[in-house]
Amino acid sequence: MTDVVEPFLAATIRTAVPLALAALGELLVERTGLINIGLEGAILAGAFGALVGVSSHGVALGFMSAMAAGLIVGLLFIAFVVWARADQIITGTALTLLSMGATGTLYRAVYGSSGVALSIPTSAALPIPGLAGLPVVGPALFSQPPITYLVYLLAPALAWWLARTHAGLALRAIGDRPDAAEAAGIAVDRARALAVLFGGALGGLAGGTLVLAQAGTFAEGMSAGRGFIAIAIVALGRWTPIGVVGGALLFGAASALQFAFQAMGWNAPYQVFLAVPYLLTLAALAGAVGRTRAPASLGKALEPRR
Amino acid sequence: MKRGTRAPAFRRDSVAWELARATLVVLAIVGTTALLLFAGGYAVDSGLAALWRGSLGSWYAFTSATLVRAIPLMLTGVAVAIAFRAGVLNIGAEGQLLAGAAAGAAVALSLGSLPAAIVVVLALIASAVGGAGWAAIAAFLRSRFGVLEVISTIMLNFVALHAVSYLVRGPLQEPTHVYPQSSTIGEAIHLPRIIGAGRLHSGLLLALGICIVAGWVLRRTAAGFRLIAAGESPSAASSAGGIDVMATTTLTFLVSGALAGLAGGVEVLGVTFALYENISPGYGYAAIAVALLARLDPWRVVATALLFGGLEAGAGAMQRDAGVPSTLVTVIEAALILAVVAVGALRRRSSLPDTATSPITA
Repeated sequence: MTDVVEPFLAATIRTAVPLALAALGELLVERTGLINIGLEGAILAGAFGALVGVSSHGVALGFMSAMAAGLIVGLLFIAFVVWARADQIITGTALTLLSMGATGTLYRAVYGSSGVALSIPTSAALPIPGLAGLPVVGPALFSQPPITYLVYLLAPALAWWLARTHAGLALRAIGDRPDAAEAAGIAVDRARALAVLFGGALGGLAGGTLVLAQAGTFAEGMSAGRGFIAIAIVALGRWTPIGVVGGALLFGAASALQFAFQAMGWNAPYQVFLAVPYLLTLAALAGAVGRTRAPASLGKALEPRR
Repeated sequence: MKRGTRAPAFRRDSVAWELARATLVVLAIVGTTALLLFAGGYAVDSGLAALWRGSLGSWYAFTSATLVRAIPLMLTGVAVAIAFRAGVLNIGAEGQLLAGAAAGAAVALSLGSLPAAIVVVLALIASAVGGAGWAAIAAFLRSRFGVLEVISTIMLNFVALHAVSYLVRGPLQEPTHVYPQSSTIGEAIHLPRIIGAGRLHSGLLLALGICIVAGWVLRRTAAGFRLIAAGESPSAASSAGGIDVMATTTLTFLVSGALAGLAGGVEVLGVTFALYENISPGYGYAAIAVALLARLDPWRVVATALLFGGLEAGAGAMQRDAGVPSTLVTVIEAALILAVVAVGALRRRSSLPDTATSPITA
């Protein structure tokens, strides 16, 4: 059994990490009442940013430039939605489209049109002494690239921050009653902008993870809907950091099933497995409704500027 | 969409105003393209020359490239426009187009024994039903569970892509099982070409007719009024107007899917003559820009679809002749959408204090 379980666990974590990163960022954004559909664009921009950074200065700078690329998408979202009060859904969709076009164009312009198979340095696994030696779960959970450990640390930290700090309380207040928060002296627009920047940076990191810790290359459109899946995961995780990580793991497990099935010799059209994450997203969104309380102002048109 | 609320002295609907606006948009697009070419280090003059050659530079380019691409853009554009007007953010025209293309191809390939004209009609109906069926999934999730249709339709776009990938390698694959595509549809079942216009086919007339009818329905009929009212202010529509908002939006969602599906059927019967994976170069996404730039008006969609048809055609020529990545068009489309929503938002801010509740006031 170990020969099936261990790769299954490893594949689960591998798929879950970028989803969890993106979803944790989007979680903070949604807690302020916004939905950034442009998260998909931030992930894709991050993937391309990682490629640019890593090919000149190595893996660490790859992650930095991935974050920077995600921040750019976040900044654009802030300019249009928070500052100009443009429709957030349309803006987010346009930013995703912009990211697809811009990364595709730059990639073809810089690296050649036919998409040469680039091979770039990747982030090596960093086994944690002791834990990595545990049977079955050790290698899957604790012999991972450092970015995975960031998720392990970030989720509880965010949970604590949201529940136990004044800033976290303010953030939650904005999502539920932006007008009341404003009246209570909270700088709503500034907090929203910071949340979007945080979400953009984590989205960029998620894209960087795809390139630097997994694929080892860039492909046009390689985010493949992960931004939208991450948004579904936020709802599935009931807008809590720990729930979000659980949701990401569930998605990772569902996607990893195809490897397990293949290992067990099951036979089904491979397209079925490819479609599973998207179908699961639909099921998750349908199932998450009603049993959970979203931030009250989520997705509503922003109040007019004063 | 703010008809009646503006001071009549502005005459925003006047032909001169429309033309001035259209000229401005074209200039903005050419300017943006030139800027992007310059930023990318490409020769601006030869790039723009290729854009012209590929789109309007010759009768052949205009009919066989620009108009042929404008057809699916009109159909998907009007599909997005009516959905957005009803407050349904259907981003799934791409998946609905694919579902329609698959259904249309399946019918056209399996009913070879019937008279050709009947097969064409049945295939087109099947494509509309296929698109509506694909949209119905998202419409159901929206009405039953309140699932945000933006996300569900995008997820369904990916599922449709994988489903077509399966079909052309499985049940619908051509008999030799070498290529990932369906058999070629017999010539008798092709949409007739328009004489003297190269590859241009009669789907153009269908698309034009649908745009005209849709615009008329929105402007002049009770159903159109209900649709717009449900989109602009759902609460007022249901309380003061006695409109069944959920039924109206769901029906609009299905019609929107049917039109996008029809685009797929028309594409299969008029252009590709077979089903394969890359049957659409993103018409369903470009449709969002087409619809928003047309301010969600089906009549104006005709013009913006022509514009984007020309842009897509010209981008193909730029890639061939000047080595400019054709994905540049996606950047321009995205920039246009952003410009439209930003202008709308800023104008709203500076105008009356009545806060528009419509999700899109483009």
